[in-house]
Amino acid sequence: MSMIFGVPLAVLSGQLLIGIINGAFYALLSLGLAVIFGLLKIINFAHGAMYMLGAMTTVLMFDYLGVNYWVALLLAPLLVGAFGVVIEYFLLRRIAGQDHIYSLLLTFGVALIISGVLVNWFGVSGLRYTMPDVFKGGVNLGFMFMPYYRAWVIVAALVVCFGTWFMIEKTKLGAYLRAGTEDSQLMQGFGINVPLLISLTYGFGVALAAFAGVLAAPIYSVTPVMGSATLITVFAVVVIGGMGSIGGAIITGILMGVIEGLTKTFYPPASSAVIFLVMVLVLMFRPSGLFGKEA
Amino acid sequence: MSQSVNSADIHKAIVQEQAVQDRKKLILNGVLLLILLAAPLMIYPVFLMKILCFALFAVAFNLLFGFTGLLSFGHAAFLATGGYTTGYLLSNYSGLTTEMGIIAGTLAATLLGTGFALLSIRRQGIYFAMVTLALAQLVFFFFVQSGFTGGEDGMHGIPRGELLGFINLENNMNMYYFVLTVFIVCYLLVQRVVSSPFGQVLKAIKQNEPRAVSLGYNVDRYKVLAFVISAALAGLAGSMKSVVFQLASLNDAHWHMSGEVILMTLVGGMGTLLGPVVGATFVVNIEYQLSQGALRDWVDPILGGIFVLTVLAFRSGIVGEVQKFVKKNMG
Repeated sequence: MSMIFGVPLAVLSGQLLIGIINGAFYALLSLGLAVIFGLLKIINFAHGAMYMLGAMTTVLMFDYLGVNYWVALLLAPLLVGAFGVVIEYFLLRRIAGQDHIYSLLLTFGVALIISGVLVNWFGVSGLRYTMPDVFKGGVNLGFMFMPYYRAWVIVAALVVCFGTWFMIEKTKLGAYLRAGTEDSQLMQGFGINVPLLISLTYGFGVALAAFAGVLAAPIYSVTPVMGSATLITVFAVVVIGGMGSIGGAIITGILMGVIEGLTKTFYPPASSAVIFLVMVLVLMFRPSGLFGKEA
Repeated sequence: MSQSVNSADIHKAIVQEQAVQDRKKLILNGVLLLILLAAPLMIYPVFLMKILCFALFAVAFNLLFGFTGLLSFGHAAFLATGGYTTGYLLSNYSGLTTEMGIIAGTLAATLLGTGFALLSIRRQGIYFAMVTLALAQLVFFFFVQSGFTGGEDGMHGIPRGELLGFINLENNMNMYYFVLTVFIVCYLLVQRVVSSPFGQVLKAIKQNEPRAVSLGYNVDRYKVLAFVISAALAGLAGSMKSVVFQLASLNDAHWHMSGEVILMTLVGGMGTLLGPVVGATFVVNIEYQLSQGALRDWVDPILGGIFVLTVLAFRSGIVGEVQKFVKKNMG
């Protein structure tokens, strides 16, 4: 068997694949954070909880209502997105004029409530979600075995990331969003319903997180606490990439996943810490982030 | 001529008013001190010490958050570093007196705080919160993996030992008065820091950082120093906590703890001296009461609810609201 740096090729490429998949999740989550940050100027601490809600809804809808994977892929983000709109409308909007620190703390409180309640209902042990039949098995690529589902996750995440980028950079709605980022008062003056736009943006951002949750349900253990650790990693990714550009968020996410995968192959004990170490290096040598414009 | 007499009168009135205010404050502080001195006669001292340790933790956090406007989401790292260092030293070097162990723990947290500060002040606003949270997570991973902390089991049976080599701290009363003394000294220190010229600059940074920069202040240096003092005091709180409970665990390093200290400060009243103390007392009590009753599994969501409620309706916290009330009705 061929070896690279003393590691069998199959192991290396397997870890790389897992890295790319993790990276796809980081990309989807940091993308959502960046979209919300753009217009609302807040960091959504409830993002991990929304990701978890996406996965939990998928499992619960299947267990109790028999809703299949494809419907969940559409329905779960819609439901969680609607929930996000409710949170924005009833909570975040009330403190819109205040220091942004308060909205950050508010979303943190919301995250505590959501995960706390679900821990009480379902415990912290993982719920089981059976993989849809279509995705069972995989294909042998010669140097490694590629499970179908993993391939699907990468494709789906990339399509959604690209779609979001396209919508924000190339469509009229996206132009409104970008204009709102620059000067929302002026936009309001032009007759655009900014409060509605803000609600929808928050809803869309958390829907992206929920979409990542649905993708995660068949391969990760679905628990009420699955979001919090992931979210902290995503924060590090966001600090590394900077939230200045949508494309930057996507690239950084995937890159960090790959670096994590490589570390797992060559020096496993550091794999959980490596992204944070990269963040420290970035802060030391390029404090505004790889793609960041702001300090 | 008459005008200058007038202004002299006004000046006199202001001085008198100030004296009255100062006397009121002195009486209030005296009463509080008496209560704290007498408290262990009525309430279980270990519970009181828990409150004092968390109060110190929150006071330390508030110096950064309430007075400088920097929201650190990683203060658990300092609490845990203080606790683990002190616990490790006292458990493994029997020749060490307790205060040496506590000083060493505080120094370790100070060192870590310096590192955190130098990295995190490179980004501002919400990035600052994310950076501190991520750095604290790195520290958490370190504690999980390194052997000396006992990993998931934590560090047990830390000896309380003897203070200065002759005061037996196994006695809860001795321990309590030691913790109380440290707490009061730190509280007065923070009071002094906040009212000093240095503290005024911190407040200026909080209110308008670009303006502070344009007035010629080296803002970064002030921020770093405030961060380091805050980290040191948080570490001291952790060190004492590990001695009081003879236990240091991963709970102290978890991001949950960083959130809890934010809640204490917010509920009590950020930017006030007494606020974090009141907040810590409130949160520790709530957690204790809930853990005894039928709602013991609902502590997290209830704390989350208090968080949301405070942010929405009582942003100035308990002490802040009381101050407003007093000013309105008795001022």
